[in-house]
Amino acid sequence: MNETSLDARREKGEMNDHAATGAGAAFRSAFPVTVPILAGFMFLGIAYGVFMNVSGFGAGWTFLMSLLIFAGSMEFVAVGLLLGAFNPLGALLLTLMVNARHLFYGLSMLEKYKGTGWKKPYLIFGMCDESFSINYAAKIPEGIDRGWYMFFVTLLNHAYWVAGATIGGLLGSFVAFDLKGLEFVMTALFVVIFMEQWMKQKVHDSALLGIGISVLSLIVFGADKFIVPAMIAILAVLTLTRKGMERKTAAAGEGGERA
Amino acid sequence: MTMTVSQQIIMIAVVVLGTMATRFLPFLIFPPGRPTPEYVKYLGRVLPAAAIGLLVVYSLKDVNVLAGSRGLPELVAVAAVVWLHLWKKNMFLSIAAGTVLYMILIRL
Repeated sequence: MNETSLDARREKGEMNDHAATGAGAAFRSAFPVTVPILAGFMFLGIAYGVFMNVSGFGAGWTFLMSLLIFAGSMEFVAVGLLLGAFNPLGALLLTLMVNARHLFYGLSMLEKYKGTGWKKPYLIFGMCDESFSINYAAKIPEGIDRGWYMFFVTLLNHAYWVAGATIGGLLGSFVAFDLKGLEFVMTALFVVIFMEQWMKQKVHDSALLGIGISVLSLIVFGADKFIVPAMIAILAVLTLTRKGMERKTAAAGEGGERA
Repeated sequence: MTMTVSQQIIMIAVVVLGTMATRFLPFLIFPPGRPTPEYVKYLGRVLPAAAIGLLVVYSLKDVNVLAGSRGLPELVAVAAVVWLHLWKKNMFLSIAAGTVLYMILIRL
């Protein structure tokens, strides 16, 4: 179990000797996986850019905000913040609440992002819903450098979002084409990733818990406030049932799945 | 607009800071050099499935089942995605067909 020294070496990037040569191959296998995001982010990005434009912010602002925040729903919320009163503390609290789900992503990716060297800060910076779910569920082909693979998934998603937002910001209200409903591409992506996980795991308690508690919380607290209560309840149930869950997953032989 | 440009820049910086805090915090608390507590490792194993479930619900959170189309287009399109994916197991096909179907359904 002497993983620590290995991880420390990986962290320093000493195991990335072949990384540069593997970048091209990693890009070629990462790109197809991000195509649904290309469609979704172009649509949502343009919608965001247009929204910024009609709210009185030029394409420069849109470009910077999409580049630096890179959290779709929060950027829509931020437009409202910018038009309201100057209240940094309130803005901080609201941001923490809207984006609290990222904490779960981080805990889930602690192992997967290990050993990615200099790419790690960027992987964490760009860990939006889509990058997290794709990188988490990715079946990275044999021989492909996983650091570069996850890096390109994140980078491409980031580029799609910034490009879409900036295009929307430049076009403003001239955008007339009817793409209503294209945002469903995100729902479809999450459903497919949920199924991929489901088929890979023998114990479905946690997946069912995630859906069940979230739906319950949505009904009780409404669309704007349900995430934090849902997260707390999920954590509480997973913590209280830990013994049973550990026994079940060990019996199903999933313990070493991500070793 | 009630804010000055520098105030707006501060507001954007705060939103960036808040977002990054939620993304970096777990990695800062549990750095790779030190052994991660067993409880956190356990969470790392069981949380992803729940988090992706939460994400599915999150992406459907604005569906109103009491008014308008009552969430029928979403229900049918999600069912189509599930069925197609069980059948063909082709990620891109499931997503593309489901989305096109949804775009058609909301125009009917």
